[in-house]
Amino acid sequence: MPAGKENKRILAVVTLNMDQVAGGAPIFFARSEEERERIAMYIAKTLDAMVHDLENGTCIIVRH
Amino acid sequence: MNEYLPTIIAGTLTGTVARLVMLHVDYRQYPGYPHGYVTHLSLGFIAAALGAVAVPAILKPDYTAVTFLALAATQFREVRSIERKTLEHLDEKELVKRGSDYIEGIARTFEARNYLVMLTSLLTSIAFQLGKAPAALLIGLLTIAFARSLMAGETIGDICEVVPARLWFKNTVLMVDDISIMTVGLKEMREKILRDGLAVLIIPKDPNARATIHDLGQRAAIAHTAAVIMGVKKDVDIPEFTPVARKNPDTGAVGLYIVPVEKDPEALLLAVKRTPVLESARSKPLKTEAGRLAGFGRRNKK
Repeated sequence: MPAGKENKRILAVVTLNMDQVAGGAPIFFARSEEERERIAMYIAKTLDAMVHDLENGTCIIVRH
Repeated sequence: MNEYLPTIIAGTLTGTVARLVMLHVDYRQYPGYPHGYVTHLSLGFIAAALGAVAVPAILKPDYTAVTFLALAATQFREVRSIERKTLEHLDEKELVKRGSDYIEGIARTFEARNYLVMLTSLLTSIAFQLGKAPAALLIGLLTIAFARSLMAGETIGDICEVVPARLWFKNTVLMVDDISIMTVGLKEMREKILRDGLAVLIIPKDPNARATIHDLGQRAAIAHTAAVIMGVKKDVDIPEFTPVARKNPDTGAVGLYIVPVEKDPEALLLAVKRTPVLESARSKPLKTEAGRLAGFGRRNKK
């Protein structure tokens, strides 16, 4: 939120749908909604980051 | 020297009292620490002494002594940078940042207050020299009252209407009325935000106010004030609870979202209303003809 230095980065991707995602950030595959929620929460807590849902089965974890 | 001693004492005393009075006003926007109190009171005393000595120096006549005042000005510019540095350091560890605009405003205020102290003691010592104690008392009280009124400043409550707003989710997007704030991915967090969160809508009363709350520094100051007064459930590992103020691009109204420790909507309204309008954010587009045309044109369209 502070103006000036914007330092947003996707730290990880958690997905139910492996063929939707590829690329730079670490990708975690989850078998169910609950598992995805849990993995995303653990990663976010570990990295002090925030979970955003792209509403297509994929969550991204972003440091703001 | 002796014959001028009462003049100097009168001036110095009034100036120091003026600083003390203005220090009280400070603490509305400044979580106090005792050493800060002592620092500013001592600097105020020095400023007062400098102002008071000027009159005897001229009467002596020792005109060059007045160059003292120039030295004082440099000294007080230093006050500003010290204050800025301290607050910036503190802000690094702050969960809800005060923001550089707010810090600059506070620092500038501290510098200006020392000049006001100098003015107070100068005027009082002139009055004492010309009319003795009664005149000094009168002028002293008047200048203190003037300095205080100058420092009171506007608040958000003066220029905007602040009303409670609805906090809801459009799928995973957190909304304050029709302003989108951020997306929240975790279901658990969404439920907690709906349970514990509060929202207000800050509606500018005129285009001047709209330009003021458009300023990001001003919005950071609002979020900071609300968080300090209401408490905030945010921690380093829960960025979801960061208070956020976003504007509606069409109307210029600003929605504030916060997860306070005490869920009290009334208190939140008061906290937002008492946020000072920052000097750096205040703008007056209505003072220009173009601004007036644009401002009223937009209103007519509605």
